[in-house]
Amino acid sequence: MVPSQKYQRNGLVQMSLSSFFENPERLNRWMDIAQSSFLPLLKGALLYSLTIAIASFFIGLIIAVLTALARLSGIKPLIAIARVYVSIIRGTPLLVQLFIIFYGLPSIGLMIDPIPSAIIGFSLSVGAYSSEVVRAAILSIHKGQWEAAYSVGMTYWQALRRVVLPQAARVSIPPLSNSFISLVKDTSLASVVLVPEMFRKAQEVVAATYEPLLVYVEAALIYWMICFVLSIIQDRIENKLDRYV
Amino acid sequence: MITITDVHKQFNTLHVLKGISLSVEKGKVVVIIGPSGSGKTTLLRCLNALEIPTSGSVQIGDVKLDFSKKVERTSIPKLRKQTGMVFQNYNLFPHMTAVENVMEGPVTVKKVDKEKARAKAAALLSKVGLGDKLDHYPAQLSGGQQQRVGIARALAMDPQVMLFDEPTSALDPELVGEVLKVMKELAQEGMTMIVVTHEMGFAREVADEVIFMDQGFIVERDTPSNLFAQPREERTRQFLQHLK
Repeated sequence: MVPSQKYQRNGLVQMSLSSFFENPERLNRWMDIAQSSFLPLLKGALLYSLTIAIASFFIGLIIAVLTALARLSGIKPLIAIARVYVSIIRGTPLLVQLFIIFYGLPSIGLMIDPIPSAIIGFSLSVGAYSSEVVRAAILSIHKGQWEAAYSVGMTYWQALRRVVLPQAARVSIPPLSNSFISLVKDTSLASVVLVPEMFRKAQEVVAATYEPLLVYVEAALIYWMICFVLSIIQDRIENKLDRYV
Repeated sequence: MITITDVHKQFNTLHVLKGISLSVEKGKVVVIIGPSGSGKTTLLRCLNALEIPTSGSVQIGDVKLDFSKKVERTSIPKLRKQTGMVFQNYNLFPHMTAVENVMEGPVTVKKVDKEKARAKAAALLSKVGLGDKLDHYPAQLSGGQQQRVGIARALAMDPQVMLFDEPTSALDPELVGEVLKVMKELAQEGMTMIVVTHEMGFAREVADEVIFMDQGFIVERDTPSNLFAQPREERTRQFLQHLK
């Protein structure tokens, strides 16, 4: 049994699952902790986790579009820069990137606060991963659409903004929604750079109550709840965009 | 109105246009026919710089581009504003309604006021017989209707010349007539038109001049009655026989 092993390892009183449920005091204590910690956790989730995710996602998308356009530009130096960027970000762990930004850069005098550090790290990550999605989406738009836009006298940027990107956006919404949902969960990594988001809040509650199972499961449920709502929103958007296809 | 001088187009080793010179007067309808691979579509696309000629010059109205020299990037949209293009596969913008498709060029390129552009677009769509389909998306329209929206979209920019690239080739046979009818009306109004097509009936009836192209050359150009009845060149005769 996992709980008893855990207690053995901690050198505490052995306790089986059945005796746990027969102990009304312990149950009451759990109910109390769950109740008192729910709002702080939710606040951490909405105020920090979700806000950081949304900010990073939009900055990341701009980086992704620019990176995709650089890759498609046919201009060799731009292609090279875009490739190196994507390769570095995809080839190194996000956790390590966050450590470099928050703990590493101060050694060369670049001090960045926790929240901006997290947003920089996540934006760069979204930018690199999503640039491939955006690039594929732009390539999936038929050449005739560019030609039709050019034939009415549009410039490259006009054709891109008015004709190609709106259609590419539709193609890329399912994969980009998935990246956003992953990003919401990845914000838990911001706890290591001292952002007071939900997971860090959960760690604080655990430190005060010594109830890791309860509190971490509670945190997991809140992540799940948020992602569940997000996936419903994703379905709605996809249905709405399907109308002209 | 249109003057093309010694236009060559090469795709790597493939020499598609081998020195085409041609002039078309204002208000004339010129139909280009020829076997596939003859370069007729490439010639049409060189006229609005969707293909950049390897050498030679293209003049439409008072915009002249000499491709033998380095062409400025800003002059290409100028040439394109002189021309309206109708594509074989319509190439309507699928995320916009019919009226939005037609007003897109004036609003984005010419910065025309949206309400004015919408009114003009609605008038053009009525003209091509789609006054009741303004708010339909392309996916909700038949091929013939989509192609008529395509014609209205090209007309919205007030082009000097209309270019048609096999406008009826992708259509079901029973839908060809409605598109040709709109094209005939345009010709009667005095629009200058260059049409690549396999519709010989249209060429006979509407064209002022028919050009037969083969292997990157203009083989023969004449009035439709002369060219169809008594072609001077053997190659033209062979091609016309295949059609029958």
